[in-house]
Amino acid sequence: MSAEEKNVYYQADTPVPETPPPGKAPAPWKKTRFIGKSATRVDAYERVSGRALYPSDISLPRMLYGAILRSPHPKARVKRIDAKDAERMNGVHAVISASTPGADLYWPYAADKKVKLFDPLCLYEGETVAAVAAETPYQAWDAVRAIQVGYEVLPFVVDERKSLDPHTPAVHPEGNRVKPVEIYERGEVAKGFAEADVVLEQSYRTECELHTPLEAHGCVARWDHDKLIIWESTQGVFPVQARVAEVLNMPLSKVRVIGHYMGGAFGSKLQTDKSTIIAALLAKRTGRPVKLFLTREETYLAVGNRPPANMKLKAGVKKDGTLTAFQFSGTATGGAFPAGGTSLLDWLVRELYLCPHVRCELSDLYINAGPSRPFRAPGHPQGAWALEQMMDALAEAIRMDPVELRLKNIPSFSQAREGKPPYTTTGLKDCLEQGAKAFGWAEARKATSDIPKKALVRRGVGVASCVWFVGGGGPPSTVILRLFSDGSVNLNMGASDIGTGTKTVMALVVAEELGVKPDIIQIEHADTGTTQYATASGGSKTVPTESPAVRAAAIEVKQQLLKLAGEEMKLDPSALTIEGGVVVSANDPSKKLKIAEIPGLKSRGVIVGIGYRGPNPKNKFVNPFCAQFCEVEVDMRTGEVKIIRFLSANDSGRVMNRLTYNNQVIGGITMGIGLATTERRILDGSQTGKMVNRNWHDYKLPTALDVPALITSLPIDRPDDEANITGSKGLGEPVTIPTAAAIANAIYDATGIRMAVSPINPVTLCEVLAKSRKEG
Amino acid sequence: MGDEKTSDPKACKAKGITRRRFLTTMGASAAVAAASSGKLAADTPKEPELLKAEETARITLSINGRRHPLLVEPRWSLLYVLRERLGLTATKVGCERGECGACTVLIDDVPRYACLTLAVEAQGTRITTLEGLMTGEDLGPVQRAFLEDDAFQCGYCTPGQIMAAEGLLRTNPAPSEEEIRRGMSGNLCRCGAYDHIFKAVRRAATMKKRKGGPT
Repeated sequence: MSAEEKNVYYQADTPVPETPPPGKAPAPWKKTRFIGKSATRVDAYERVSGRALYPSDISLPRMLYGAILRSPHPKARVKRIDAKDAERMNGVHAVISASTPGADLYWPYAADKKVKLFDPLCLYEGETVAAVAAETPYQAWDAVRAIQVGYEVLPFVVDERKSLDPHTPAVHPEGNRVKPVEIYERGEVAKGFAEADVVLEQSYRTECELHTPLEAHGCVARWDHDKLIIWESTQGVFPVQARVAEVLNMPLSKVRVIGHYMGGAFGSKLQTDKSTIIAALLAKRTGRPVKLFLTREETYLAVGNRPPANMKLKAGVKKDGTLTAFQFSGTATGGAFPAGGTSLLDWLVRELYLCPHVRCELSDLYINAGPSRPFRAPGHPQGAWALEQMMDALAEAIRMDPVELRLKNIPSFSQAREGKPPYTTTGLKDCLEQGAKAFGWAEARKATSDIPKKALVRRGVGVASCVWFVGGGGPPSTVILRLFSDGSVNLNMGASDIGTGTKTVMALVVAEELGVKPDIIQIEHADTGTTQYATASGGSKTVPTESPAVRAAAIEVKQQLLKLAGEEMKLDPSALTIEGGVVVSANDPSKKLKIAEIPGLKSRGVIVGIGYRGPNPKNKFVNPFCAQFCEVEVDMRTGEVKIIRFLSANDSGRVMNRLTYNNQVIGGITMGIGLATTERRILDGSQTGKMVNRNWHDYKLPTALDVPALITSLPIDRPDDEANITGSKGLGEPVTIPTAAAIANAIYDATGIRMAVSPINPVTLCEVLAKSRKEG
Repeated sequence: MGDEKTSDPKACKAKGITRRRFLTTMGASAAVAAASSGKLAADTPKEPELLKAEETARITLSINGRRHPLLVEPRWSLLYVLRERLGLTATKVGCERGECGACTVLIDDVPRYACLTLAVEAQGTRITTLEGLMTGEDLGPVQRAFLEDDAFQCGYCTPGQIMAAEGLLRTNPAPSEEEIRRGMSGNLCRCGAYDHIFKAVRRAATMKKRKGGPT
């Protein structure tokens, strides 16, 4: 795991204040009124009415529009820039490039890879060269097109499979390896293979996948003297604040980043983009606010991707289903800068199934393409594509049901971590067993095996499962809760709601703990100027990170409230509860007092509770698990695959909101369908090195016509009370990890053909079908 | 110029905007677009002048039942005018090339991509945006259905999805499952909430029916 990802996902060792104090954890909720039920979102009205102001909706007086000139070549040196014509054009207020005073800044792609904001050496198509601010976006783009740039076009490599070949141009002077080959080893694989009854080996590849959230990356930047305000489409306002302050050499207090709404990200907005700095520079230079949002094409080139992965897996198994050895090698690329190209690619091989002998080798290589960014469970869907297809092949080889083979090898502890610490909870067995039962796995397997091999339309079923590397959350998080004198509540937290329903879950936690209705809770969030520090929303950690802090804050408020009520009611606070905005004596329900009528509260006006996220349990790991089942129909003549149904069984600890939980499940499956069947970045490796499918026509996402009619969400609702005080674990990433592999397995079940390269589309499948017919 | 009577909304709906009307819309006062071939040349015998991008045309757009007189550059998209000139930001910008449907509005009750519609083309039509489905602060039935069924995640494609659903239900009040999928297939949702979107469209159809026809 790269240092960047460590910062993004996990800060388990951070010493933090704790509320409630250590050893005084509140009892887990038993019977709940709000938690675990289906609740529509607290901000649903804003989102369906159009009242929600996304950063790209922000419009300010005298605002200009920014546009960026980017390198059209995968590798080139900028020899000269002539912006005279552009500067004179109607509506143009500023053109900036490397030579502009104030624009000569460093940009840290990685800790040891700093380049200039406008670096003369462009290492990928889409690297920033110059930028414009004008009265309208049309004028800004006119000016971008009028800037004359002299490029020295340099030899490039855009295919990581050729990156280490002799005579391949080096992306960086030190060569095309990001770091030495990373090796993980436990046991002795040779011994393991010797013990096996069956040994199989197969190569796999997943293609590069692009995030393409509906709202592009960008911001509106406005200076107020020496203070900078940025409305940014981001997963975390605090990381943006930190990076902007670092690059512009400003105090954190002078950089305010606001990100109330954002239109999707999937990991690509965990980090700050160069365009934010460029917007700030343009705003400074013109003395006017600047809106700078990327075009769709730019989002394909420059703001991240899921790296393509080339994998080889050799596996040994005994006839009784005992796994004996895994040998895995993976080669991948994070593009032109260190960006975690191989990050977590081997994690499932190391961790998911009991196996004594494991060896993994990872090679992270440079190519001249846009840097990767974390993409919904980095490395995992790729690794699952290899491991889960291999598990199916092993099961077939030893004539065992694929579900049974998986059930036979479930660990209760983290094999790949130092000291083999146990998991707090592992619901993988339940996911597989209950999932298979609800899906009707045995019946479906029988039905598909009964289809004649000559049938032109065949059906198949597939299974795949996963663990997610993190997903337990952790400190730091601070939340402030205010109870007003009328019993209504304001929740103040720094975390972003990236569309997963974070705000709604937090309102439910407050409602559950304080016995108030969710609709009287107002939430302020994701604003570095007015809310509390939080890490970016990613890594499926937001609910398990923030919800315990929110519960802690609610408990702080409750204790103060009951004390005030107790004074008035002349009862011990420990004998009081709150129900529906009324303080009630637990022993004598006739003794009650409305929150709004507590004199102590009226005179104070407000009760403030501060909640901190305490540490995770020591020497244990908190991870979510998932198993998915699907059924497909394959037309053997056309290679068309229709996905008939999907079921996802998830152990993500306590279900917080069933409605948004289900939504995550169907969304993760939909995204996995894209990886499996439609999505692939195509770079023109032989001639120009340019991306040829930089739009949604040529790079196809799953549409309304590509998703199955039946998607079933089956929560294994088991609160993980050891993990944290809400018992929750992450959900957003596990739901997409096994999807593509489950589809590949179902296609194998239908056709008898192992499709080891993604995406499986009519073209690729037809080719293999035709070949298999020829070979008979 | 700006005379809505000269246009024939029915023809517009059937064939999209005609080239002829496009030119008359823009041409009368300030400039005439460059064109020199076929029938068009016969219609405009004078030497055609090249229309500069930044020369503005005076148009009136009918949006959500209100008339908006505007000065627009002929190249401005309806999307740009709605969002950046009129502040109607419910209509979202996703790709500006007719791929994602985030900018879907109704033009004479038919879902259209505002990014592929020039503002000058939209003159003489009836434009409805998400804001136009509201009654004051109250949500319309499709909006309520999307709320109830959690038919979104990040919510950015949602206005376009709602407009596509509204357009579908105005022409087909009781769509089949397949018709719902087809009707919604021009709108991408990267969060992948399609399953909930289909549910919401079904619910909206029922709500509208109960209310007695489209609203």
